[in-house]
Amino acid sequence: MFDLSGKAALVTGASGGIGGDIARTLHRAGAKVGLSGTRRDPLNALAEELGDGAYPLPCDLSDDDAIKQLPKDAADAMGSMDILVNNAGITRDGLMMRMSDEDWDAVLDVNLTAVMKLTRASLRGMMKARWGRIVNISSIVGATGNPGQVNYAAAKAGMVGMSKSLAQEVATRGITVNCVAPGFIETAMTEKLTDQQREAMLEQIPAGRMGAPDEIAAAVLYLASPEAGYVTGATLHVNGGMAML
Amino acid sequence: MSEGDIKERVRKIVVEHLGVDEEKVVDNASFIDDLGADSLDTVELVMAFEEEFGIEIPDDAAETIQTFGDAVNFIKGAV
Repeated sequence: MFDLSGKAALVTGASGGIGGDIARTLHRAGAKVGLSGTRRDPLNALAEELGDGAYPLPCDLSDDDAIKQLPKDAADAMGSMDILVNNAGITRDGLMMRMSDEDWDAVLDVNLTAVMKLTRASLRGMMKARWGRIVNISSIVGATGNPGQVNYAAAKAGMVGMSKSLAQEVATRGITVNCVAPGFIETAMTEKLTDQQREAMLEQIPAGRMGAPDEIAAAVLYLASPEAGYVTGATLHVNGGMAML
Repeated sequence: MSEGDIKERVRKIVVEHLGVDEEKVVDNASFIDDLGADSLDTVELVMAFEEEFGIEIPDDAAETIQTFGDAVNFIKGAV
């Protein structure tokens, strides 16, 4: 089950906590993995850790030309690109009253527009191969909203609508498009919380704990697998019961 | 590039992409009605033509390319 031998996956944001575990999990399942991110050192370290079949592919997703080039580089390095995991994301939190255009634009550009552009540039090979898996990492806040995150929530909700539309466009080609929506996961992004914030948050999670990055990776593995071929346009919520959608 | 060359290269793309017999790819053969293409196939064909001939086919022009003959005529004017 969930064997990815012979498949090649590109994971964006692979230098982060969740992205790194997604790459590890897909690699363990037999896939070659292209590790994309802006910071070279963690990508190289992860590639070294994984060994054969892992390729660092640094890319700045705010650079249009770099986005166009990335799927080509991935296919050159791995021989093909069958699985795309759009995991890279940024936050620029702030209440809307005080949100600058720059903070709105930056989050929408990286978390939504770049996902569209990278996915568009990746579709060609999947269409030709008549097989493909696109897994977009959304967020619980795309469904529930979150004060201070109008930009992030808008981008993550937009990602779900985009995924459902694309899923309908390419379903006949053996390509599935799905989202995984993490709740609160232990990463650098959530380490910034104060103890008080953390406690208040845990009270809202029936499971009584934060999630682990590898619990997100497991959901991605399923959606990337041949076994999930009949699942498309779906959002898999992994949030300890925090929102039951 | 002669019209014959263009025809041959376009025909090869159509045959490969749609998996149809070469004899069926005649001038007035409609990609959708006669050759079994769906809307996504027509987009893929246009992109394949662009790649093969190094040209750009704008969306409004792509919409007018309904048949094999339409494609050949457009490309003839564009290369």
